[in-house]
Amino acid sequence: MIKPHRTHALWFAYILHRLSGLGLAVFLPVHFYVLSLALTKPAELDSFLHWAEMPAVKLAEFGLVFLLAVHIFGGLRLMALEWLPWSPNQKTLAASAVAGAFLLSTTFFLQAI
Amino acid sequence: MSFTQNIMDVSIWRGDAQAGAFAHFEVPAQKSQTILDVVAWIQQHQDPTLSYRYACRVGMCGSCAMMVNGVPRWTCRTHVEKVLEGNKLEVAPLRNLPVIKDLVTDMDSFFDKWIAAEGRHHPTASRLDPIAAISPESAGRVKANAGIECINCSVCYAACDTVASNPDYLGPAALQRAWTVYNDAKDADKQAVLDAVSGVGGCHNCHTQGSCTAHCPNDLDPMTAIAGLKRVSAASFFKRRKARA
Amino acid sequence: MLDIRLYMLQRITALIMAPLTLGHIAVMIYAVQGGLTTAEILSRTQGSVVWLVYYGTFVAAVSIHAAIGLRVIIAETFKLRGMALSGFTWGVCGLFLYMGARAVMAVTMP
Repeated sequence: MIKPHRTHALWFAYILHRLSGLGLAVFLPVHFYVLSLALTKPAELDSFLHWAEMPAVKLAEFGLVFLLAVHIFGGLRLMALEWLPWSPNQKTLAASAVAGAFLLSTTFFLQAI
Repeated sequence: MSFTQNIMDVSIWRGDAQAGAFAHFEVPAQKSQTILDVVAWIQQHQDPTLSYRYACRVGMCGSCAMMVNGVPRWTCRTHVEKVLEGNKLEVAPLRNLPVIKDLVTDMDSFFDKWIAAEGRHHPTASRLDPIAAISPESAGRVKANAGIECINCSVCYAACDTVASNPDYLGPAALQRAWTVYNDAKDADKQAVLDAVSGVGGCHNCHTQGSCTAHCPNDLDPMTAIAGLKRVSAASFFKRRKARA
Repeated sequence: MLDIRLYMLQRITALIMAPLTLGHIAVMIYAVQGGLTTAEILSRTQGSVVWLVYYGTFVAAVSIHAAIGLRVIIAETFKLRGMALSGFTWGVCGLFLYMGARAVMAVTMP
């Protein structure tokens, strides 16, 4: 259970940023290893890429893109909060603008595919 | 009203620095009762050996903060009605500080960090000089004013997970004090403040979880003060590198 | 644990990676259309100095960024300090740099 003193929006933003960062750090060595197969064992890379076409793996890939998106927008939010002397209202507006833009562009890309 | 007949189930943490456990008490509810009233009632009517700390009872002195149902609060100005869960109350000593006995914590580390954060005045003038006029509307004064109502109650310090996981971390109250001193036009050594908050336990450890600001009983905003310190220390980091080059 | 030097490194690498990451997501969405094959990836990246610099910078930045991030998590969760913590940070940074460099070489070297 989440401790009572943590039940507020900024703490959830923090834990999302930490867990997505940790997830990406665990994934990255695997990503690097698979790509380096192109040099050493191209056939294995191809069979991996075929395997990656399975729906379950596709879903996991969506999860990775989601982690990356969450971490980069969470990070930009943090940088704005720390380095730009904005008022809290301006920050909320800016965050919703970015979120809106992201939603729009994702929809666009999904349409395009 | 049947409110006065209600008997509450109150758990109070009893013990010392080594060990302890919650003890249960039945306390009659009263109108406009505060958490401090409940603790005082137990000490006066059920267990005179219960230790706790308070002084002013009106939210000025900052000595009565405790964990109430898992949340740090000033107990003298927390109404029972607002925090009662079911019919239960759990009162424990403040988090992140060593316990002396029962609800009393040792606040030395909290105050030592105020000094470590250089949260003290560095004078620009002596008593022989005329008093410099500071406009209340000036940008620096507005920023400094934002933090001056701190009563050193340690609620933010108890709420902070970064303090819990990193004992060197100076914590929200000390850093907010440093930010206030930094913005004071009458302070002569801003670099000393920046150096003090830029070390291993400094403001850069803050993860912007915001529990300090969420729980401050005086509605202060230590999180934004710490962000201010990060901003000016980052700017000074670039400047100093340029100056050295 | 995080002094101003490490904090600045963490933030600067984050700023370097912000546009690179958005580009990476865009390429990803473009590249996965119609499935991925080794030949397709290599035809895009092999012998390209632009991709070498792009992903080379990305790998360098992420190695520093991830090493500092993991350092904080390890220190806060497991109370690791001192030499052990420095060793862990440098180890993670080195491992990411090595594996990342190999990956970049694999897809860009002709």
